[in-house]
Amino acid sequence: MQPFSFRRANDPIDAVDAVAVQGASSQFIAGGTNMLDYMKLNVLRPDRLVDINALAQGVHGRIEVNDNGLRLGALVRMAEAQDHRAIKRDFPVIAESLMLAASQQIRNMASLGGNILQKTRCEYFREISWPCNKRNPGAGCAAFEGMNREHAILGGGPACIATYHGDFAQALIALDATVETLGRRGRRKLPFAELHRLPGETPNIETTLDPDELITFIDVPAGPHTRRSRYLKIRDRQSYQFALASVAVALNLDGDTVRDARLALGGVATVPWRAREAEESLRGKALDEETAQKAADIAFADAKPRTHNAFKIPLGKATVVRALLEAKDMRV
Amino acid sequence: MENDRQARDSEQNTNCSRRLFMAGTAVAASMPFVSGSSAATAMHKMPKGIDEPEAVTLNINKKDYRLAVDARTTLLDAIRDHAGMTGTKKGCDHGQCGACTVHIEGRRILSCMTLAVMAEGQKVTTIEGLAGPAGALHPVQQAFIDNDAFQCGYCTPGQIMSAVACIAEGHAASDDDIREYMSGNLCRCAAYPNIVAAVKQAKTEMERT
Repeated sequence: MQPFSFRRANDPIDAVDAVAVQGASSQFIAGGTNMLDYMKLNVLRPDRLVDINALAQGVHGRIEVNDNGLRLGALVRMAEAQDHRAIKRDFPVIAESLMLAASQQIRNMASLGGNILQKTRCEYFREISWPCNKRNPGAGCAAFEGMNREHAILGGGPACIATYHGDFAQALIALDATVETLGRRGRRKLPFAELHRLPGETPNIETTLDPDELITFIDVPAGPHTRRSRYLKIRDRQSYQFALASVAVALNLDGDTVRDARLALGGVATVPWRAREAEESLRGKALDEETAQKAADIAFADAKPRTHNAFKIPLGKATVVRALLEAKDMRV
Repeated sequence: MENDRQARDSEQNTNCSRRLFMAGTAVAASMPFVSGSSAATAMHKMPKGIDEPEAVTLNINKKDYRLAVDARTTLLDAIRDHAGMTGTKKGCDHGQCGACTVHIEGRRILSCMTLAVMAEGQKVTTIEGLAGPAGALHPVQQAFIDNDAFQCGYCTPGQIMSAVACIAEGHAASDDDIREYMSGNLCRCAAYPNIVAAVKQAKTEMERT
């Protein structure tokens, strides 16, 4: 691990000022479960860490639920949100996406703000002896012709096909969440769907955040679809494993007829992935195996498989069908 | 080329770390143990170079340890190499196996993915802190023995710390529940069925008392 200086921040302004020091490659650290892993691998080499865990003592560590929706402080730990009674009842897709991620130890540590910014698990990104455009722009990509079984089939670009592995993000993009941030340029809110960037030619630039910008809150609006929502995750082992394919789904039904459907796909894309055209195909239709299958076909119509990951297309489609039909059968 | 350079840097860092580690240990050894001393606070406020040790007070098993550590030192290494308690094990050192599980303020966490400086001021409990004052085993420790819930024993301290928290969280209601909420602790000897049995026995025992 590269040496770094360490500093604790007492509040968000203090944290942003400390990270914004000129000439330093500084990083915020909260749970540290992603950051320290990558620092030990020499993939991340900050020369300064700013510890923001003290923020959890105030509003940034709180969960608020009211009629308008859910407001999550960015320093809330995954385990707190997963076990929160109102979240489990009113936003089950959020509770499930958190509970099915990582292990309980990691969920006790990891902050919600850090979780959505987690780095890919692409093995060629993790191991610095391989060429990787995300880690070392212009170096090339070892995954295109390498072991790409776990790589993305949606949202890939000419430089990178690394999968975005987060689960919580799929629930957030499906429910039209917004993110509140604080940076040297001030406070702002942005739709969660605008937080992550497609890799394109510059996979090293992963988000639309400034380097000194800190996620402070996540807001999720309540709606007639939020209670009938769930997260289905398919993986190589039953627990403590990243998704090969996953689906966040939320439905607003009138009998069997779909008023509104939300679908987001995990484990198959380079960024949190909303399947809007598939949602559109369901609107006004009776939800059954046939319409669910059609939506699944649309969701993966643009999939671009590589040597080892073509199986994700039928797996992903089956996951969409099952998630839709299980959400339909939920008693809310 | 770039990779060669990174590898060399990494090598230098390792050497640097070793030197700092020795220096850090020496400083810690020479520092009298003073709980709540202002010396630590003063050191934090001084403008500090990247290669100077961090003063940190860790409360492990209800006892304060004043340490001077490289900022890179994990809580795991601080517990084992600086505070001298080797019950907590280093498995993968990347948050994948759970062998390093300890409690911070009663919550189970991975000490390999926590910096020692981030644990300042919080109550850390390790496997050495579970048994009663007279040495009576914790119900989970006894249950692991009764159910033969280990073979080589390397993952066991992490399994036990995880199990204690799993029961306290209310996440041990069924066999499936136990398997799900204990999934962060790998056992390469695959003693899993016996671990599930041990957690069930301990849960019953702990609910009775």
